Amino acid sequence: MSGVGTSQMEMAAGKPVRQGNRAVRRFLRHRLAIIGLLIILFLVLACAIGPSLLPYNQLHIDLRHRFQAPFMGPHILGSDQLGRDLLARLLMAGRISLTVGFVAMVLSTAVGVIIGLASGFYGGRIGGALMRLVDAVLCFPSIFLLLTLAALTTPSLLTITVIIALTAWMQVARIVDGQVRALRERDYMIAAEALGASDSRLMFRELLPNIVAPIVVSATLNVANAILMEAYVSYLGYGIQPPTPSWGNMLNNAQEYLTTAPWLALLPGAVITLAVSSFNFVGDGLRDALDPHMDLPG
Amino acid sequence: MSALLDVEDLAVRFRSDSGEVTALEGVSFSVAAGETLAIVGESSSGKSVSALAIMRLLPPAPACRVTGRIRFQGRDGPISLLDLPERAMVAVRGGEIAMIFQEPMTSLNPVHMIGRQIAEAVLAHEGGGKTAALRRAIELLDLVGIPDAARRAESYPHQLSGGMRQRAMIAMALASRPKLLIADEPTTALDVTVQAQILDLLRRLQAETGLAIIFITHNLGVVAEIADRTLVMYSGQVVEEAPTASLLAAPLMPYTRGLLNSVPRLEAALRPGQRLPAIAGNVPDPRHRPAACTFQPRCDWAQPDICGVTRPGMERVAEAHLVRCARWREIAV
Amino acid sequence: MTVTVTAPLLDVQDLAKHFPVGSPLSGKRGIVRGVDGVSFTIGRGEVLGLVGESGSGKTTVGRTVLRLQDPTAGAIRFRGQDITHLSRRALRPVRQHMQLVFQDPYASLNPRMSVESILSAPLIIHGEKMARGERRARVEEALQLVGLFPAAADRYPHEFSGGQRQRIGIARALMLRPELLVADEAVSALDVSVQAQVINLLMDLREQLQLSMLFIAHDLAVVGAISDRVAVMYLGRIVEVAPTAALFTGPRHPYTEALFSAAPDTDPARRPQRIVLKGDLPSPLSPPSGCAFRMRCPYAVSACADDQPALRVAGPGHFKACIRDDLTLSAPLKVR
Repeated sequence: MSGVGTSQMEMAAGKPVRQGNRAVRRFLRHRLAIIGLLIILFLVLACAIGPSLLPYNQLHIDLRHRFQAPFMGPHILGSDQLGRDLLARLLMAGRISLTVGFVAMVLSTAVGVIIGLASGFYGGRIGGALMRLVDAVLCFPSIFLLLTLAALTTPSLLTITVIIALTAWMQVARIVDGQVRALRERDYMIAAEALGASDSRLMFRELLPNIVAPIVVSATLNVANAILMEAYVSYLGYGIQPPTPSWGNMLNNAQEYLTTAPWLALLPGAVITLAVSSFNFVGDGLRDALDPHMDLPG
Repeated sequence: MSALLDVEDLAVRFRSDSGEVTALEGVSFSVAAGETLAIVGESSSGKSVSALAIMRLLPPAPACRVTGRIRFQGRDGPISLLDLPERAMVAVRGGEIAMIFQEPMTSLNPVHMIGRQIAEAVLAHEGGGKTAALRRAIELLDLVGIPDAARRAESYPHQLSGGMRQRAMIAMALASRPKLLIADEPTTALDVTVQAQILDLLRRLQAETGLAIIFITHNLGVVAEIADRTLVMYSGQVVEEAPTASLLAAPLMPYTRGLLNSVPRLEAALRPGQRLPAIAGNVPDPRHRPAACTFQPRCDWAQPDICGVTRPGMERVAEAHLVRCARWREIAV
Repeated sequence: MTVTVTAPLLDVQDLAKHFPVGSPLSGKRGIVRGVDGVSFTIGRGEVLGLVGESGSGKTTVGRTVLRLQDPTAGAIRFRGQDITHLSRRALRPVRQHMQLVFQDPYASLNPRMSVESILSAPLIIHGEKMARGERRARVEEALQLVGLFPAAADRYPHEFSGGQRQRIGIARALMLRPELLVADEAVSALDVSVQAQVINLLMDLREQLQLSMLFIAHDLAVVGAISDRVAVMYLGRIVEVAPTAALFTGPRHPYTEALFSAAPDTDPARRPQRIVLKGDLPSPLSPPSGCAFRMRCPYAVSACADDQPALRVAGPGHFKACIRDDLTLSAPLKVR
C-alpha cells in the first residue's frame, strides 16, 4: 500500500532466491573480475609451491650465468648480477609481498572497522573526535608518512606491515562511519535497543552484518594498495632488506642495470602491475556484485 | 463522445534474474474528457505500473516489455502513445498529459525557487518572455490556493509544508494546460485534514478547467470522495469497473466486497472487542500467481471446479459495470 | 500488596520533550516543544489510543515512554517504579516488560538476520539460559501465536510480504511476554485487506496475554476499533481524552470534530457535513499564543489567545483542553 513502484518492485525482487546467490551470479558476469581472481589464485599458488619445484633457490649464486637474459639459458626468466635465478626470486619475493599485502589489509581493515563503528555508533563528541583524527592522518601524504615511520624504525617484515596498515585504515574507517550513521536510526536498531541490547551487540550483531559489502570491497582494494606501498618503500630502500627479496627491493636492485639488463626491472614491475590491477578488478567486481541497489529492478 | 484516453489490452512484463514477471495483464479502460477515473488497488496490483506505462516511464525494452494499445486524443488529433518516438513523447509527457506523485520532493528541484521552476515549465510549453512566465507561475500558485502567492513563489521546496508542496507540484503540472492529469497517490503522505484540502482543490480545478484525472489510490474513502468511475485492480488485472456510486453500493467481485468490508469504519468504536471483517491470506507474489482466478485462494465464494480451472474474463453486468468473476450472478442475488 | 493492584500499569505526568534546533552558523536557535505537558495513565489490560497528525508528537510520546529518548521534564512510572531517570543498565530488566511495534515492516527487521535469530535475540539479550532446542521451540511457539508457520524461522525477512513481516515484528515484541506494548502506527503501512487481519491479531493477543497497549495512529477508525480510551494530540499536547464511545458520539474539542469530519468515508450519507480546516499545522518553532489550534479553529474567539487551555473535565472520564463550553459539535456516530 506504500503505493509507488517500490512495493511492486520489491515484490518482484523478493522471494526465495537468496541474496548471496544473486551476488555470486552478478560477480561471475563481471569478466575482468573473474580474470583478476584467476590471476590472483595463480600468483598465490605459484608463490606457494613454485619455489620447491624449481632447480634453483632464490639465494643460489651461479657466477657462470650472470645477467642471463630470459629464455637464453638455464634460468627461464633470466638471472641477475650474481647469477641468481630471477623466477625463483620473483616467487619468493611474491611470498613476502603478498603476505605483507594480506596482513596489512587485515590489520588496516580491523582498525578501520573498529574506529568507524565506534565513531558512527556513538556519534556526537566521540564520533567527531575520531573522524577529526582520520582527517588529520589523511592530511599527510601517505607515502611521506610511510617513509618517516619506516626511517624511524628498524625495517623488518613485521614493522613494514604494521606501518603500511597504519597508513591505510582511514578509508575503511570513513566508509564504516558513514554507513553506520545511515543505519544507526533504522527501526531494527531501535527495536534492538528497546530490547535492552548492549552496545557491542548493537554494533557487531546488528550493524556489522549490514555493512560487510562495502568493507569487503575496500579490503580488496586495500590489498592492492598495500602491495604497491610495500613496493614503494622497499624500492626506496626503507622496506624489506636484501638479501630477502621483495618485488619492491628487486626493482631497487635493478635500477643500476636498467640499460644492460632491463628484464631485471621489467619483470618485477610487470608482476606488481599484474597483482595490483587484479586486486583492483576484483574489488570493482565485488562492488557491483554486492551493491544492494542492483537488487531492485528485479 | 469519444474517449480522451483509451487503453486496450495493456500488458507489462519485467525481466529479472529469475525469469519474467508479469506486472500487468489484459488491462483495458478509457477516460473521457472532464472525468475522474480512480484506479484502486493494493501493493503489486499494478495500479502504479499502469500509470507509468501510459507515461512511458518504465525501464526500456529488454528489462521491461509493454504491449497493447494506448490511444490519446491529442490537440492535433489522435495519437498512439506506445508507438510514439521518444522525442514526441517528451512533448506529450508534462504537456498534454501531466503527472503528480505521492512525494512532491521527487519532482521539485530542491535548489530552485518554486516560482522559477513553474515559470520554466510555462516557458517550455507556451514560450513568451520570462516576466510573463513568472506572472503566470504566480497566477498558477494562486489558483492552487497558495496564500500570498507572489511571496511564496520565492520559497524553496523545503521551506513549504507537505500540503503546500503538493499544491506547488499541482501548479507545475497545470503549467502546460494538460488535458489529462495522472495523480499517483497524491494524498497518501498527507494528514487527513490536509488531504481533504487537496481533494477539494482537485475537484475545483476540474470544474474550472475541464481536466480529466486518473486518480490512483489504495484508499476507498478517497475514491468515494473524488471519482466518477472506479477501476479495481488486483494482482495485475482489472477485476471490476463501475460508476463509483454503484461500485460502493453494490460491488460484485468478491475482492471488491472484501476490500470494502475491511476498510476500518468509525462504527467499530461502538463494538468493542469485535473482530473486523478481513480478507484471509496475502496478495500473491507476482511470480507465483494462481493460474486461474488470481483471487480464488482468498475467496469465500470460490468453487475449485470453476474458479480453480479457468481464468474469468471481464463480463458486462450493466451499462457501465464490468466484473471479472465466474460467479457474479449468484453474488448479485 | 493490594495497593499496587489498583495502580495503573503506566502513569505519565507532565511529560515534555524539547528539541534544540538551528545551527550555530545560521545564528537562528530555538527550541521545539515536540511534546509538552502530556499526562495520561494506562491501566492493566487497557488499550489507550493516541491519535494525531504528523508533527503532533505522538511518536515522541511513545518513544519517550519507553525511554528510547530521554524526557526533558515530567515523570514516567511503570509497574509502580519511577523509570524517568533510570540508567541504561537499570532499564534493562524493565525493558522486558515493555515493547514496541513499528510502522514500517520493511525497516524494522534486520535484513541480514534470519527470522530465528531475530526472534531469539530477546531471549539471548535477557540472558535466558536455555538449550538451542528450547529456544527454537520458543521461536516456533511465537510464530504460531501470530499466525505464521514454524518453518518461517529459517527464512529471511525479504522472503515475506508486508503483513507477514509485521506479524514477525509483533512476535519479536512478544517474545519476552511484556505487559505493555507500544504500537506506533503498527498497521498504517499495510494493505487494507491485511490491515484488518493485523488489527484482529492484536485484539486476540490482547485478550490471550492480558496486554496493555499504547496504540498510536493517525486513523481514527483504526484507533476506535481497538482502544478502550482515546487521546487526541495536537502540536505536542493532548487536547481531548475520553472513553472511545464517548469520544465518537460526542467530541468536545473542535479539533477532534474536524479530524472526524476530514476522514474520507465510503458512506455517502456522511459526507455533506464536512469541515475543511484552513491552513497547515503552525510551525512548532513559533506556536501561536494561547490555544495552539485557534488559528485554524472555526470557533475561535479572542479569549483563545490568552492562555494555553488546560485539560478540564467534560464528562465521566472525558477531558478537553478548550475554553468554549457553549459549543455543540457534530459527532460521527449517534448514541445507541
